[in-house]
Amino acid sequence: MSPEDVYKLGMLARLEITPGEIDDVVAKLTDIVAMVDQLQAVDTDGVVPMAHPLDRSQRLREDEVTEEDRRALYQQSAAAVERGLYLVPKVIE
Amino acid sequence: MHRRTLAQLADDLRSRRCSSYELTTHFLARIERHDPSMNAFVTVTADHALADARAADERRSRGDAGPLDGLPLAHKDIFCTEGVKTSCGSRMLDNFLSPYDATLVARLKDAGTVMLGKTNMDEFAMGSSSESSFYGPVRNPWDLERVPGGSSGGSAAAVAAGLVPAATGTDTGGSIRQPAALCGLTGLKPTYGRVSRYGMIAFASSLDQAGVLTWTAEDAALLLQVMAGFDPRDSTCLEEPVPDYRAGLNASIRGLRIGVPAGFFDAGLEEGNRGAVETALGVLESQGAELVGIELDNLDLSVPVYYVVAPAEASSNLSRFDGVRFGHRTEHAEDLLNLYTRTRGEGFGAEVKRRILTGAYVLSAGYYDAYYLKAQQVRQLISQSFSRAFESVDVIAGPTTPTPAFMLGQKTNDPVAMYLNDIYTIGANLAGLPALSIPCGAVGGLPVGLQLIGPHLAEGVLLNVAHRFQAETDWHQRRPPDFDAENA
Repeated sequence: MSPEDVYKLGMLARLEITPGEIDDVVAKLTDIVAMVDQLQAVDTDGVVPMAHPLDRSQRLREDEVTEEDRRALYQQSAAAVERGLYLVPKVIE
Repeated sequence: MHRRTLAQLADDLRSRRCSSYELTTHFLARIERHDPSMNAFVTVTADHALADARAADERRSRGDAGPLDGLPLAHKDIFCTEGVKTSCGSRMLDNFLSPYDATLVARLKDAGTVMLGKTNMDEFAMGSSSESSFYGPVRNPWDLERVPGGSSGGSAAAVAAGLVPAATGTDTGGSIRQPAALCGLTGLKPTYGRVSRYGMIAFASSLDQAGVLTWTAEDAALLLQVMAGFDPRDSTCLEEPVPDYRAGLNASIRGLRIGVPAGFFDAGLEEGNRGAVETALGVLESQGAELVGIELDNLDLSVPVYYVVAPAEASSNLSRFDGVRFGHRTEHAEDLLNLYTRTRGEGFGAEVKRRILTGAYVLSAGYYDAYYLKAQQVRQLISQSFSRAFESVDVIAGPTTPTPAFMLGQKTNDPVAMYLNDIYTIGANLAGLPALSIPCGAVGGLPVGLQLIGPHLAEGVLLNVAHRFQAETDWHQRRPPDFDAENA
């Protein structure tokens, strides 16, 4: 794994990696990938990938409103809101 | 008071030997005196606790108190608590006051328990030593130069040092059982879906499960009774009846078949731990249980499977931390893209970043089949190995960890060595099985844990075996010497 690969992963994950961090991140990710590469040796032909630990399917419910509107309370946790909207840096010039 | 179990304290309250206010005051004083040496708490909620204790005492004087009413406990800082900081051990949530209670917190509150505070942990529960917290490492009360295990290390250290009689935790790959083992406690991870995950900050949603750290199996049974059960707010919570766990504790274990996997006693297991666990198995055998050698195929691949599946799920779950709706937000954003990247780069610590990147890697185009799909297939094989074993045995037993508590800093620079600490615990998470750790010996003054794993929903059997073991041994009564004096 190269520094370029890791910078690209960081962009995919929306995670800034600084030049000061990069060598350490590359070295440790390389170790982790080498460890999980043990899986390649296992014969898994015809094995159904696990979808749920208890082999159950997702529970469904009626499509009806069950929660009350608590927007004002929840927005108290946000860094910037105005008139019920979350504020972010300008995206359109 | 701090040498007494939760069940004993419940009796003390019932018989009016003490009040909840006295208990709460006693434990808060111990936190104030001893926690600076351990760093087990992120937040202490003294004012809330004293008010809740007075309310519990009033309910009792009206004859209106439930079985757990007035008992103090602490919650891992991964559980949302209304109006109280819920940090998950991260700078990302250092400013987060949860607007609601997790279902587990609400149920224990409704049962009258008194929350003394929120316990320290590895950041986002990603770790086995409680060293990756934004709030600094937690120390093990048995030896302050050693780690308490993780990720529920604050809960383990707090209970072991007698700062609180019980605490909640979460277990994604061993995060309740491993710290319980390293701190000499009983730690129960229930079946996947037995306890609601609503309001529990998600790490790996197909593996995460809430549980408890206590001195005894009886105490774990008392708490699980309240915590377990269906919750419509968690789509994976099981719709299954909750048995009376305490009623089954004393059942005889004569004729119980205990599977002992050869792979759990491999070269990685330290001799002292091996000896303690073998002695413990002998105790169960002397009570009439039958030990049966078993093989669990592919269990040696638990760690690589886990370090594909858990980071993959984490990279998805942690995408919610974007600096917009809650938590940390960078002050250096020039546009929307670097609002995200800088917020996350500043807010997450090194281990969390590694897991997000690992997850992004194994899910990325061209690698998904080779890693994620492959891991879910091997996970299926591991789960089938457990199912086959449970056709001929009632429970599986072995060590919880390969070694006793290791030194602070010993493994922080080698993630793979840190990951291998969970080699015996991860299998139960991959297969969604209930498992617990109980203290069963000591090596050089440090506790050793015995792990019991059961079939789905067999928490009652595990608690029964653990309780019978604790009726014959006194490992669960040993306390860290420096924190044990009655007036300390």
